[in-house]
Amino acid sequence: MSIGLHNSTFKNPVIRWVDSRLPIFSMMQNEYGTFPTPKNFNYFWNFGALAMINLLIMIATGIFLAMHYTPHVSMAFDSVERIMRDVNYGWLFRYVHANGASMFFIVVYVHIWRGMWYGSYKAPRELLWIIGVVIFLLMMATAFMGYVLPWGQMSFWGATVITNLFSAFPVVGDHIVTLLWGGFSVDNPTLNRFFSLHFLLPFVIFGVVFLHVAALHITGSNNPLGIDVKSPADTLPFHPYYTAKDSVGMVVYFIVFASLVFFAPNYLGHADNYIPANPMVTPAHIVPEWYFLPYYAILRAVPDKLGGVLLMFGSILVWFILPWLDTSPVRSMRFRPIAKWFLLLWGIAFGVLMYCGGKPPEGIYVVLSRVATLYYFAWFLVILPLLGRLERPLPLPESIAKPVLRGGGPLPAGAAAKPMEKA
Amino acid sequence: MFRSALRALTVFGVMAAAPALAPALAAGDHTQGPAALPHAHFHFEGVFGTFDRASAQRGFQVYKEVCSACHSMRLLSYRHLLELGLSEAEVRAIAATVTVNDGPNDEGQMFERPGRLSDRFRSPFPNEAAARAANNGAAPPDLSVISKAREEGPHYLHALLTGYADPPAGMAMGDGMNYNRYFPGNQIAMSAPLREEGQVEYADGTKATVEQMALDVTNFLQWAAEPEMEARKRMGVKWVLFLTILGGLAYATKRKIWANVPH
Repeated sequence: MSIGLHNSTFKNPVIRWVDSRLPIFSMMQNEYGTFPTPKNFNYFWNFGALAMINLLIMIATGIFLAMHYTPHVSMAFDSVERIMRDVNYGWLFRYVHANGASMFFIVVYVHIWRGMWYGSYKAPRELLWIIGVVIFLLMMATAFMGYVLPWGQMSFWGATVITNLFSAFPVVGDHIVTLLWGGFSVDNPTLNRFFSLHFLLPFVIFGVVFLHVAALHITGSNNPLGIDVKSPADTLPFHPYYTAKDSVGMVVYFIVFASLVFFAPNYLGHADNYIPANPMVTPAHIVPEWYFLPYYAILRAVPDKLGGVLLMFGSILVWFILPWLDTSPVRSMRFRPIAKWFLLLWGIAFGVLMYCGGKPPEGIYVVLSRVATLYYFAWFLVILPLLGRLERPLPLPESIAKPVLRGGGPLPAGAAAKPMEKA
Repeated sequence: MFRSALRALTVFGVMAAAPALAPALAAGDHTQGPAALPHAHFHFEGVFGTFDRASAQRGFQVYKEVCSACHSMRLLSYRHLLELGLSEAEVRAIAATVTVNDGPNDEGQMFERPGRLSDRFRSPFPNEAAARAANNGAAPPDLSVISKAREEGPHYLHALLTGYADPPAGMAMGDGMNYNRYFPGNQIAMSAPLREEGQVEYADGTKATVEQMALDVTNFLQWAAEPEMEARKRMGVKWVLFLTILGGLAYATKRKIWANVPH
């Protein structure tokens, strides 16, 4: 890059004047306008954009909620109810924010699954994936602290159980817990610092998302075939092709979101959180929000507290080294006839853990949790590293523009010229 | 391409449904056995459901004459009753029946005055300890959001209010406790609040059976917990209709843009 004015291609004199000095319009044009994007995305590739939209919705609604919320143990519950009853459209903002958290996790879980299925974490996108895992951890912390703010029974007892987990660590454990609490039990200082951090972390997430997108625009997107872009024939400009395609997914997402907010706003929540927090009364079942249930099940599957805590944290931390655990050179599961079944089974194990996490830790649920936990880790630590050596992948297509038919072999002449399914 | 669209949508659906099932599955794990709830039909159910105002107004009467002797509703103000369809004169009269401690005045003295529209519902006890002491050690819960604070809220409330019976033979009851088929553990400190027909006298001539009173007060409590419900559902119907049309347009646009791309 040479020093001096940027050579802008914009015609409008005002835009051109700004763009020559601060090429923000050129950047938008390059990154979201003409950005070469693989032409074969399926609708799984909508979910990154959806997550971005969801983050913005959470920040926007959260800022307005914070204007009316009072982070004090004696007023928090009532201030939330005041938002529901007396603030103009307060109920809308709160229900969008509360259900927005669930939607965010649905979207991000699909996004992560997409990455796992199509091998988006593999070279050269390892750092992109790692930044994604960081975003997910930040999301979990933010969601957890946000759930504490209404100061209902589940807020209070959830906070008590989860913060107490850190006491399992030898030597430093109790000090960490005292630091988290700001005292010797979950109380007003805890609520205050959780509110402060709950306000801060979304902006940290926003920053890390920027890094995620920046890294993506260096390596370019993966695609359902998992093969590299070889020529301009493999790509389309992001706009209008993927702006149009993302718009379709966005509307479907909004319909699901709206159905929750307007017709079943408390369906994913717990009734107990409409009971004001009471340190003297423990709820019959302390259960985290649905998106934390798999990790909660792993925690309870282990009879030892420290072991359970380590495994619970390990279940996410293991994602960090996923790019190196997977030894196969082939990215997409489309060409991995054995691995795809094991990965599907891993998805089922995740679902089983989610189911068991919401059940009392007794009888069959403990057994199921243990089997699923075992498989959860076996997939990452044993099956995936071995399969890269043992499995014989299917032949890869030559390029995105010239895909092989199912089972391999070249396309018959003329077939490529005919538009296939248009959807 | 359409196939992959379907596949993505299916996955999205499953992902949306899995968490939705989880809390439903997690609910109802009571170690002791309350009976399955009978499901009454309520006018507020469903996408187009609205409050049965006549019933909810009768329910307010039940609350005022029966429940409010022990249960507070501290999150509601008398002015909220206007939304229930009561006239301003009626609500002012209701508010004026209670005495509110106010002050300090210009002389620094606390004083008593009749209630106003802006006052919160008066609580029967000055604090929780007083409520506990007066009620055999169990403080009556505040009813402002009770319908949202119990699994299957309205169905549970209706069942609980009509679920009193004699304890089965051989069941040891705690001191001052009452048997209820639907209360977790079956022993509840609250004695049957709705005992006999005609316990309240409805102005509109509706026969005040125990079942009728239970339904009415449940309607009232559901309104109290979710006063925004009608506005919410109305807005929801508009949003979903709008989004469905927008979705059709977005999909048509997408197809047109992609029409010449071999893929």
